[in-house]
Amino acid sequence: MSTQRNEEAPPIQIRNLHKYFGELEVLRGIDFDVQFGEVVCLIGPSGSGKSTLLRCVNKLEDPTSGKILIEGIDITDPETDVDSVRTRIGMVFQQFNLFPHLTVLRNLRIAQRKVLGRSTSESTRIAEEMLARVGLSEKVNEHPAHLSGGQQQRVAIARALCMNPDMMLFDEPTSALDPELIGEVLDVMRELAEEGMTMVVVTHEMAFAQHVADRVIFMDGGVIVEDGPPEQVLLNPQHERTKRFLRAIDSE
Amino acid sequence: MRKATRQKLIRYSLYGVLILGFGGFALFANWESIGRSFFNLEIAGDMFPEVITIAARNTIMYTALAFAFGLVLALVLALMKLSSIKPYRWLAITYIELFRGLPALVTIIFVAFAIPIAFPGVSIPGGALGQGTIGLGIVAAAYMAETIRAGIEAVPRGQMEAARSLGMSWGNAMAYIILPQAFRIIVPPLTNELVLLIKDTSLFFVLGTTPVSKELTKFGRDLMNSKFNGTPLIVIALVYLAITLPLTYLVARLEKRTAAAR
Repeated sequence: MSTQRNEEAPPIQIRNLHKYFGELEVLRGIDFDVQFGEVVCLIGPSGSGKSTLLRCVNKLEDPTSGKILIEGIDITDPETDVDSVRTRIGMVFQQFNLFPHLTVLRNLRIAQRKVLGRSTSESTRIAEEMLARVGLSEKVNEHPAHLSGGQQQRVAIARALCMNPDMMLFDEPTSALDPELIGEVLDVMRELAEEGMTMVVVTHEMAFAQHVADRVIFMDGGVIVEDGPPEQVLLNPQHERTKRFLRAIDSE
Repeated sequence: MRKATRQKLIRYSLYGVLILGFGGFALFANWESIGRSFFNLEIAGDMFPEVITIAARNTIMYTALAFAFGLVLALVLALMKLSSIKPYRWLAITYIELFRGLPALVTIIFVAFAIPIAFPGVSIPGGALGQGTIGLGIVAAAYMAETIRAGIEAVPRGQMEAARSLGMSWGNAMAYIILPQAFRIIVPPLTNELVLLIKDTSLFFVLGTTPVSKELTKFGRDLMNSKFNGTPLIVIALVYLAITLPLTYLVARLEKRTAAAR
């Protein structure tokens, strides 16, 4: 398998993906494609496998069987250089995972320097540009501990953007935030979507899914139950399980 | 009897026992002989400046070398023990259990005498003491490896995941993201290891020494034997404390700071 990037291939192709944690089968045969510029929201009850699916896409979890192709490159092939594929996939975590021992600027610079080999001045310029994009230019020399949760998550998004990724994965990006801080993070994500970024978002924010996503996927029990445009999946679901889930969310 | 009264009674009787004990010691001890044998100012004065310029200097030098060597080895062992490759883990576990299970003195003697036999052509700087320093470093590595491993495991898993998801290799993530955070956690326990190491250099008294390579304990003992007097022991005890007490104080401060930072 060549590691040459294939411009023709879609960003993400997943074929018959299975994932076991010990005896437990968390993903039970997932087939799933994402096209360039598409924003896909993954919804579903906890334990449905949506976070595991997302983490398989950049191989933070090793799939048990099946194929995952990123821009045509098979990352399940042991010969593939996963590190270089990961630079094209930005990842944002529920717990932000900023590096607490580094300032915001250094958080944004370290992978540019160590992975892409950019110079200090170039990586600083790009870091400042991305920080401006998420509206946090004045925090450049702060340590993460001095930022609010919402600000930390925006810095984490900027950190991922510094690598010029072709696509972004968001793993419940607002679930650890106080309610009043969720909006600022969703605003940044909405802007990214409008600029044409390919995005896969695991979320419980149904309003965001409805207004920003091109496609909504409902997962339950390790399989994709329903997959379609938001108005269909969220407003006119076909499956009983989807209806039950949406009712439960509504009554919260 | 009320509980408070009873507690008071117990406390005062304990004071009584203490006073009797010290009093008996003070009354029956031969103070003149103690003074002559342990607090002889003339003998103490004669020990300077060599007790500092040679003995303390050597103690610090052997400690520093053993610590540096042990730290590097410990880091390798810790990473091996955390490795997903089984033989690495087994090797690290065997090493750690072996050298924590043996008395340090046995390891030191063994290494000091085994190196010249095993590698006849090799000469370690410092002779027997250089070899002893390696032996002490080997022992220290076993203890420090466990400390470092615990520090690495205390760094949240998300840190490694975030670094790897940015495309960083495992080695880069370890060097720039995980270890700097782990070392902040383990500076206090590592400083404790350093204090233990300072005291363990006293075991070097078993290795043959030349006048310029003596560490504190050997220096003190040789003087005790030649002067038939215990004063050198008191002097070197005070020198040890002058080195170790500031370090233990530092550990306490560092621990407070680490606790406050969380």
